[in-house]
Amino acid sequence: MSEPISALNHTSYEGIAKVEECGLQGMITLRGDLSDKVLAKAVKDATGQKVPGQREVLVSGDTGVCWMSTDELLILVPYAEVGAKLAAMTNALSGIHALAVNVSDARAVFRITGPCAREVLGKVAPVDLSSEAFQPGQIRRSRLAQVAGAFWMDDAETFRVVCFRSAADYVFKLLKAAAQSGSEVGVY
Amino acid sequence: MLILNCPYCGVDAEETELAAGGEAHLKRYGPGSSDDEFHDYLFMRENPKGVHFERWRHVNGCGKWFHAARCTQTLEVFGTYSAQTTEPPQKIKDAITTKRPGWSWRELS
Amino acid sequence: MSTRLAKQGRLIDRSKQVSFTFNGTTLQGYQGDTLASALLANDQMMMGRSFKYHRPRGVVASGAEEPNALVGLGQGSRFEPNQRATTTELFNGLTATSQNHWPSLEFDVGAANTALARFLPAGFYYKMFIHPKPFWKHIYEPFIRQSAGLGKAPDKDSRDADTYEHFYFFADVLVIGGGVAGLQAAKTAAASGARVMLIEQTAHWGGRAPVDGGRISGEPVDKFVEQLVSELETMSNVTMRTRCMGAGVYDHGYVLGYERLTDHKPGTQGPRHRLWRIRAKQIVTATGAIERPLSFAGNDVPGVMLASAMRDYVVNWGVIPGERVIVATNNDDAYRTAITLKQAGVDVLRVVDARNTAGPLAEEARQLGIRVDPGKAIAKVKGGKRVKKVAICNQDGIGGAREEVEADAVAMSGGWSPVVHMWSHCGGKLIWDDAQAHFRPDPSRPPLGADGEGFVLAAGSSNGPLALADVLADADAAGKAAAKAAGHKPKRGKAPLGETTAEAPMEAVWLMPANADIQLRGKSWLDFQNDVKVSDVQLAAREGYESVEHTKRYTTLGMATDQGKLSNINGLAILADALESEIPKVGTTTFRPPYTPISLASIGGEARGDVFQPIRQTPMHDWHDKNGADWEPVGHWRRTYAYVRPGESVHDAVNREVKNTRENLGLLDASTLGKLIVKGPDAGKFLDMLYTNMMSTLKVGKCRYGLMCSENGFLVDDGVVARIDEDTWLCHTTTGGAERIHGHMEEWLQTEWWDWKVYVANVTEQYAQVAVVGPNARKVLEKLGGMDVSREALPFMEWRDGRIGDFDCRAYRISFSGELSYEIAVPASQGQAFWDALMEAGKEFGVMPYGTECLHILRAEKGFIMIGDETDGTVIPQDLGLHWALSKKKEDYLGKRAHSRSHMADPERWKLAGLETVDGSVLPDGAYAVGEGVNANGQRNMIGRVTSTYYSANLERGIAMGLIKHGPDRMGEIVEFPGTDGKAYKARIVDPVFYDKDGEKQNV
Repeated sequence: MSEPISALNHTSYEGIAKVEECGLQGMITLRGDLSDKVLAKAVKDATGQKVPGQREVLVSGDTGVCWMSTDELLILVPYAEVGAKLAAMTNALSGIHALAVNVSDARAVFRITGPCAREVLGKVAPVDLSSEAFQPGQIRRSRLAQVAGAFWMDDAETFRVVCFRSAADYVFKLLKAAAQSGSEVGVY
Repeated sequence: MLILNCPYCGVDAEETELAAGGEAHLKRYGPGSSDDEFHDYLFMRENPKGVHFERWRHVNGCGKWFHAARCTQTLEVFGTYSAQTTEPPQKIKDAITTKRPGWSWRELS
Repeated sequence: MSTRLAKQGRLIDRSKQVSFTFNGTTLQGYQGDTLASALLANDQMMMGRSFKYHRPRGVVASGAEEPNALVGLGQGSRFEPNQRATTTELFNGLTATSQNHWPSLEFDVGAANTALARFLPAGFYYKMFIHPKPFWKHIYEPFIRQSAGLGKAPDKDSRDADTYEHFYFFADVLVIGGGVAGLQAAKTAAASGARVMLIEQTAHWGGRAPVDGGRISGEPVDKFVEQLVSELETMSNVTMRTRCMGAGVYDHGYVLGYERLTDHKPGTQGPRHRLWRIRAKQIVTATGAIERPLSFAGNDVPGVMLASAMRDYVVNWGVIPGERVIVATNNDDAYRTAITLKQAGVDVLRVVDARNTAGPLAEEARQLGIRVDPGKAIAKVKGGKRVKKVAICNQDGIGGAREEVEADAVAMSGGWSPVVHMWSHCGGKLIWDDAQAHFRPDPSRPPLGADGEGFVLAAGSSNGPLALADVLADADAAGKAAAKAAGHKPKRGKAPLGETTAEAPMEAVWLMPANADIQLRGKSWLDFQNDVKVSDVQLAAREGYESVEHTKRYTTLGMATDQGKLSNINGLAILADALESEIPKVGTTTFRPPYTPISLASIGGEARGDVFQPIRQTPMHDWHDKNGADWEPVGHWRRTYAYVRPGESVHDAVNREVKNTRENLGLLDASTLGKLIVKGPDAGKFLDMLYTNMMSTLKVGKCRYGLMCSENGFLVDDGVVARIDEDTWLCHTTTGGAERIHGHMEEWLQTEWWDWKVYVANVTEQYAQVAVVGPNARKVLEKLGGMDVSREALPFMEWRDGRIGDFDCRAYRISFSGELSYEIAVPASQGQAFWDALMEAGKEFGVMPYGTECLHILRAEKGFIMIGDETDGTVIPQDLGLHWALSKKKEDYLGKRAHSRSHMADPERWKLAGLETVDGSVLPDGAYAVGEGVNANGQRNMIGRVTSTYYSANLERGIAMGLIKHGPDRMGEIVEFPGTDGKAYKARIVDPVFYDKDGEKQNV
């Protein structure tokens, strides 16, 4: 197999925060009844995590699970393992009405790091990003200026941002503009 | 610019996260319906100054459709609720009655 | 002359001299100056000329309300016209140029207009330019265009050198205005624990209270402000911003804040402006009040200023606007100016007070030796570019028995109007306050929020109170009320005590003298920026304009960039008087955002240059770019129109690609086609409802072309559907259709058939998809090796999963070109590698990439329709001869009922046909076919139109498709298409399949 390449191949920029494309991340969209025990077991087997509550993420490194909607989860697994994990999951879910598909290559993932990370994202997403309102463990699907995106915090100064692969170039340039030097807002 | 609470993901979403989807609670008419029924289903819409029921989609968000009851004149929002219903829940109707006694909309009141 | 005092100036730093230029002359100011204060310090009273009459104009105000002192700022890529000198902070190297004059500010040819003023009254343009009709185009319009426009547009070839951004912010309480009221309201709101944001448009906290004097809690106002600011700065729940103007208040607590970050230090790193997009539960507007001018003849002569502004220039910047000053007033506050000037050493000649009685401040003035003339008025100010003489008369009367006094500046005060803009933007209503002669917010009718309750509170002088004690008490209460309404518990506590000299009541004076004759009224300016006079408004009233909104538009009163901040109340008072009505009955015009003009670039924010809009890219985008791609936008995608080689035209490239794909091997990047997975026990039933044809019967491993209609019956999308397994289908959509059709599916599943067990996922971008097309298509795949792609193993309209070369893939044997064709989907992360492998392996088979234009030509040669070309939202499948794709077995599908409506079944509908020009030329795109006779408008009757038209390099002639009335029944007939080039194109109606009619080439 030839070497897979992520949308921007780890491009990065450093201004008031560091913005970098994270490279390939294994991702599975899972749709189904989130209260179903079979589904919960499949999630546990794939990620070691329980089914998250509303707008909750349970992620450690490149493995975990994000709540996307009332009947949709985003499963994160190491890129190299996505085929095997998907096959196991599909097999486990065969008896119930559910859909699991590989979307690893359909997405791009960015990391925003630094004390101004909240401010960088606050320039492009219409979301209250104060620490009172948004904390590690929460996920928000919203828009990043003109495209759809989702983000969560890995720690107090780190966001991970997911968008469609075709918009990766736009989102990187957007975050780069938002992180330009001298543009600290000074509120968070 | 409106803010509506998405009853599915719980977010107070501003209008730029949402897409308007027209009037709520339309009854679909398909093959076998009369010309008048089908015509009204396709084209006849309420355009009230006051209480109105609408469909919205949290398109830049969880992707779910939902319903909103709102006043087109003051933009007051009486409540949002599930899209999987053919009429507003009693709680929403009560909320409207409290604020707009004597309201009516199509066959609802 | 106006000059700088040796001392004074609370905002300037005399140790820091700043150098700047005005109309090319280098001048000096101090750090802390505004451009206006620095110009006055240099005796530059005249700062521009007026828009209509080109009259000399000087600065009249000291802040955002300034109508006259507009300048062009900066140069080249940083030039900006119409900037207010009063809100422009001075910096080293600032360059300013005055506006509306030619050849120079001092000598202006256009000033002749002022002599013509008698002939240019309100409504002149409406009346004058109606007749005779031909004059409009050749005489009037060129004349108006030449003289129109405020300031100079930036050079069209230079690009704005700065960057801009948005910022989303959320607060419990937003306080707009950082004067003593705003600070106090912010403090009491914050004490409750609420998240508070406080914004102030200038660079300084405290507003104008420190200038006006008095004491708060026993301290000087400056001291109080300083203490309060440092207290607020330590609170973690308070965000404070200076140079940040509340620009507009909108529905559900949305506010735009306009922050000017580097206007006072251009070229600094970082964005120039930041547009704050704030959501607040409660908004307190502490926006202060604006002094009104008095309407007397010559009130626009440079040197006539608002009394409060004159006081500001002395106290804040140590500048006196003249040496011999007359003060005209209808209230006590203007005496503060007289006193301040006198104490600064200015010769205050007299205070002309229209009232007969004044309060203690008048007595204080007299004590200082200032002459006070009760019951007097200014009849006329004389002077061209500077006040020279002031004629004084009785306020009662028509302006006779004048006494002339030599003076070089006039301070005027007509009372104060609360800044109600922020209150009013979102629907807050006003009430008329007779005692203060102003409109103020009506607390019982605030703008309403999402919960149906008011979400804006006015505080301080923007709410009506003008005395310091009342202002502070009002602000304190507003801060508490806002915190409470935002869900917090305010702390008890008293408002700080403000002490100022008591004032006698003001008296409304709308014209000076009260019965001024027409000569005087014709020189009494209401709107300085748009040159509207008292006589213009009276003329409008005489001509029947009773509504204030109509009068505004007829006279242009309040329509300039200052939006009538100084002129509105005076104007409607004159209108009310002329209509013999009352001011509250006449009402105000609508207050619309922004409060003062904000930069367009700040509204655009980051969306400029390469982030102007998202450009969606396929995994092979960079390769296309490096290999001559001529780009075509398709939705937000960029697709290659053709790969242009050096020395080729785009047209040559297209023809080469068309020939090569039919003869050898072509590769198309088809990654943009939508791919939707539809899965579940009810997926078949669901797809049968969505497509016009039957999808539930499709066998696993096979593909079927399908059509989708809206409930209206019109075609919305098409594509090939593949059945993946027992309960899974993959639906291809058009390039622009993936998100739309995904949304369409979700809509029906969520809102109509929510009990059906179906899940949909959009996997469009998971795959890079390459169409491998042409007689050598199979050869290249066989060379790469892996999956059996033979006719037997992978027949037409089937698909297989497997490996080709090094790649896991799904191969579809489908064709949109009529050639032997495979569409191969590989993971997007390997798309480029797969493309490279195909290009390498294809060398010996004559491989060439081809673009969308070649794709279009190939499909048109085969008579395949394209959504968006043959369809336009009004076309049904029957129009395109696609009856075969309409299932007769299904009871229902979206669009089925609509197709039986009488208009849809009308045999007169235009239908698809092929078109062949008689001479082989190419039909113009979108051309209409004309028939016999004319319609009701005398135009030729139309009988059809061209929907697709191309030059076919394979057939060496133009080919086209079109929708033609009775088209399929008129084969062989010739119809005429008049072109916009004046030629008449003749084309024969033919079968739309031009090439390989029996489909032999694709089925090999």
